[in-house]
Amino acid sequence: MFAVALVLVVLLWELYKVVGPQEGGTVFGWTILPRANDRAMPHVSQILSRFADPDRPGSDTTILQVVLAGAWFTLRLALTGFVIGTLVGLSLAVVMTRFKVVERGLLPYLVISQTVPLIALAPLVVSWGGKLSIGGFEWPRWLSAAVMGAFLAFFPVAVGTLKGLTSVPAASLELMGSYAASWRQTLFKLRFPAAVPFMIPALKLAATASVIGVIVAELSTGLAGGIGRLIIEYARQATGDPPKVFTAVIGAALLGLVMVGLVALADVALMRNRPREAVG
Amino acid sequence: MTAVEVRGLTKVFDVGRPNAVEALLDIDLTIEPGEFVSLIGPSGCGKSTQLRLIADLVEPTRGEVLVNGKPARRARLDQDYGMAFQEAGLFEWRSVVKNVELPLEVKGWNKVKRRTRALEMLELVKLSDFAEHFPWQLSGGMQQRVAIARALAAHPPLLLMDEPFGALDEMTREHMQAELLRICGETSTTVVFVTHSIPEAVYLSTRVVVMSPRPGRITDVIDVDLGPRRDVETREAEAFFRKVTEVREALRGIDAPDPTLEVEAALGAEDR
Repeated sequence: MFAVALVLVVLLWELYKVVGPQEGGTVFGWTILPRANDRAMPHVSQILSRFADPDRPGSDTTILQVVLAGAWFTLRLALTGFVIGTLVGLSLAVVMTRFKVVERGLLPYLVISQTVPLIALAPLVVSWGGKLSIGGFEWPRWLSAAVMGAFLAFFPVAVGTLKGLTSVPAASLELMGSYAASWRQTLFKLRFPAAVPFMIPALKLAATASVIGVIVAELSTGLAGGIGRLIIEYARQATGDPPKVFTAVIGAALLGLVMVGLVALADVALMRNRPREAVG
Repeated sequence: MTAVEVRGLTKVFDVGRPNAVEALLDIDLTIEPGEFVSLIGPSGCGKSTQLRLIADLVEPTRGEVLVNGKPARRARLDQDYGMAFQEAGLFEWRSVVKNVELPLEVKGWNKVKRRTRALEMLELVKLSDFAEHFPWQLSGGMQQRVAIARALAAHPPLLLMDEPFGALDEMTREHMQAELLRICGETSTTVVFVTHSIPEAVYLSTRVVVMSPRPGRITDVIDVDLGPRRDVETREAEAFFRKVTEVREALRGIDAPDPTLEVEAALGAEDR
């Protein structure tokens, strides 16, 4: 199905190039239809063939290699951010489940935290991090970008897990109560397994959010080596070489897919023995 | 030593609020080991509440509950009773045998010991072939049998059941009743059983406790002596029908408004 959808997207792209207005279209006076010329929307074949070309004239490395290297760099940051964000989100959910008071006090602030523009926050985190030095451990710049990924990733995990941990049937809680099970036993034998169907979609959101967070952090702090920096560089060359920037964009999209794919693997592993119609 | 002893048990929900509900008022009940006691009554008579008070899942407002001669709290901590609910409430992420192991896991038994016991219990409920299945692959009756195996896994002397067969169809239900009596006979377990089915209460019980609502109280205790139960013969025997009628009359007495009860209820309301 994924392959079919991909073909459809390519077809739509090329179809719009045929029927769309070359210099953009106006509807009721607003210029909203994107320009369909080769500068704004290069042919798919052009974009793909650029992958094989050298990064800069006379260079041995192809664009594909550069994009893959950038994607790999960003993937590691995004994974770090995803792991940190997930751990923070899980901890917050557990604390909020344990103490109702914390949920009432904390949840509104978590929501507010997600409305802070990332672009404004990223340089701040970098400058805070630059001054940090914990017992000989120097805060590296890339860690700031990972933290930005974590900042976006923790929220869906916290909210989804909280919902899952608290959606346990009352009878199951009574059952654990009748065994005189401790709160910790109830958490690990009942609440967490019961929360898995709620956590999977949350983790998928967190996976893509961590990629976005890292890329935005790369863009706004100028961190070199990742796909974010590559997008800026290639965009500068877009006037003379329009398809080039799309190679980096495709790289970023693939990155998100890889992250979600990892969560999907976990999904299959965790849900293999559960009824198909379980809550999604 | 008595299996369950309930003295002056009173439970008021939302104490001190205008919508306070007297779920139970001054309940006294003594249950000897090996008895099978059913609590029956219209909804709101506090029969489920009484079961949860015995299980120490709810705190009494007044009065005392002893299980196995110990305070209910101690008995719960010692896992002196097993419990089964209307929904089997199996954990869908655990295989059948792992579900039965759950109470033993909480108790801290080691892997080999609890697997051995769980398989024994599955044999007892005749589900040995389904040990590695998952709950959603089982019928409702089979799930309920797993729930009974789970409730009895730690060999508690007492089994508390809250309408465990309420969601099953009539045929399965009668079969499960016969199975429950066999299992409890083999394990010599005392049972407190909440139901709103009269034939079920009569078929299963050595004593039927009839309760009335607002406030919840015991209005009648009917001894049932039908000898050893046989699935079909017992259900079609004259004595069985007579007991069913007796319980039905006792329940009907509750529905007909009794002036003295009404006055008492009103006085009780003022006392609060």
